[in-house]
Amino acid sequence: MPFYVSPEQAMKDKADYARKGIARGRNSVVVTYDEGILFVAPNPSSALHKVSEIYDRIAFAAVGRYNEYENLRVAGVRFADTRGYQYAREDVTARGLANWYAQVLGSIFTESNKPYEVELVVAEVGEAQDADQMYRITFDGSVADEHGFVAMGGQAEQVAGVLKQRYATGMSVGAALGAAITALSSQGNGEGGINATQLEVAVLARGRAHRSFRRIQGARLEELLSQVRSGGEAKAGTDAEGTGGAAEEPSPGDGTAP
Amino acid sequence: MVADYLGGQFTAACLKVGTSSFADFLATSAPDLLPGAGTAGPAAQPAAGPGAGGQAGAGLPHGTTIVAADFTDGVIMAGDRRSTAGNLIAQRDIEKVFRCDDFSCVGIAGVAGVGLELVRLFQLELEHYEKLEGRTLSLDGKANRLASFVRGNLGGALQGLVVVPLFAGFDEETGKGRIFSYDVAGGRYEERKYHAIGSGSVFARGSLKKLYTDGMAEDAAITACMHALYDAADDDSATGGPDLTRHIYPVVAVVTEDGFRQLTEDEAGEYAQAVVTERMQSPGGPIAPLRQATT
Repeated sequence: MPFYVSPEQAMKDKADYARKGIARGRNSVVVTYDEGILFVAPNPSSALHKVSEIYDRIAFAAVGRYNEYENLRVAGVRFADTRGYQYAREDVTARGLANWYAQVLGSIFTESNKPYEVELVVAEVGEAQDADQMYRITFDGSVADEHGFVAMGGQAEQVAGVLKQRYATGMSVGAALGAAITALSSQGNGEGGINATQLEVAVLARGRAHRSFRRIQGARLEELLSQVRSGGEAKAGTDAEGTGGAAEEPSPGDGTAP
Repeated sequence: MVADYLGGQFTAACLKVGTSSFADFLATSAPDLLPGAGTAGPAAQPAAGPGAGGQAGAGLPHGTTIVAADFTDGVIMAGDRRSTAGNLIAQRDIEKVFRCDDFSCVGIAGVAGVGLELVRLFQLELEHYEKLEGRTLSLDGKANRLASFVRGNLGGALQGLVVVPLFAGFDEETGKGRIFSYDVAGGRYEERKYHAIGSGSVFARGSLKKLYTDGMAEDAAITACMHALYDAADDDSATGGPDLTRHIYPVVAVVTEDGFRQLTEDEAGEYAQAVVTERMQSPGGPIAPLRQATT
């Protein structure tokens, strides 16, 4: 052992390393709206997702290194499915999952040489907007219970600052998407980000039975974005959600199917 | 390795790169949760008493008849609501037809407890794969996966805990409904047009043979299935007919391009009522023409 490194220094170095890694990527936001929870991430890939379904009413969003958060996503699905199989579907909660992620990330941070360069949000849609739950878990295993909206990534604070100005309880999905895009563009996350091909958008829809996670992509996303651009935000919510049942989105993930 | 510092082998298993199959994951990381964990051991042996190589299921509730038929837009599956334990009725309103995912359904016949667990695991298997892989299994993939689950119960089946599923779904590649039957050894057989399993299946199949026509519409196919179940209940004591006094009607699942749909109690009730009303006039049901009409 050549040099002594104090624990404080070791932790600080790891934290700096993780922060730097996360800051290299773009920010993502999660916003609650009247009919559910909206996830918006700048993501040019339509196959490598930053937002995914975990369980019936729970979704996962992440920023950072893809291989690391993908690993955590798979682990989360296994954890949730096992728990739901062992007990019952309603016994799988975002709180339980967030605590488990915190343990996992905390252990990796303290005991591994290289911390995970990721930041996660685990969100669960409730019966009403005030029952929605959102937990933000950082690379060192810290958990924060968030309300209304969350921003992740290197410039999370600035993005959250913009979101705070635009956010209102009970806003429509269109208004929420508008706020999310404004907040993300404010930090250089995409002048090009307003283009549908550059955005990954998904919702946990409150009213849906069984699995509430749906990706919004293709024509439906274009439509929603054009409403956001033209400022018809109040209308966007009812329209987009109203057609949700009939103009059915494909099952999660099979957006590539014809 | 990750395993060392996460404490908890299960957590370590979750983080491992590996299978997209939930059953395989459980088999390596939490095998005690898998169905059949208790039947393979010596504890289950005494149940196979003297002179019997498999009576373990004798006193347990058994599910009975399931029918399925394809039609123009997809496939119909229907099951009666009775379960029997020996010569007693164990339950009048058991459901034996289930949604697997958006485009498939499964019905079970045999020991109900084993079958329900089989279905629960199979549903989760499909959902788990879909979440991890971002796409659904092909219909053949699902049917094969179910075959391996059935084979996994072979040990139980030999002790008397026999259960076989009937699987049907809408094949998005071909745009058609397809039906698969199984034997206890996991043999998978694709059935053409219609099929039935369970104690009343002989009568149901005979009935469907006369009532099924190619290119049936949805309501005709549902009616044919209702008649088939009625005929099964007519001649098999373990199959329950429509219970008009208690408003218990067969469970009917419809799988088409639009996905899985289960008829509401009212909808199923209407079909059942119509069949019963018709049987008041003609107890044997619709009469098939003796000679094919020539035109």
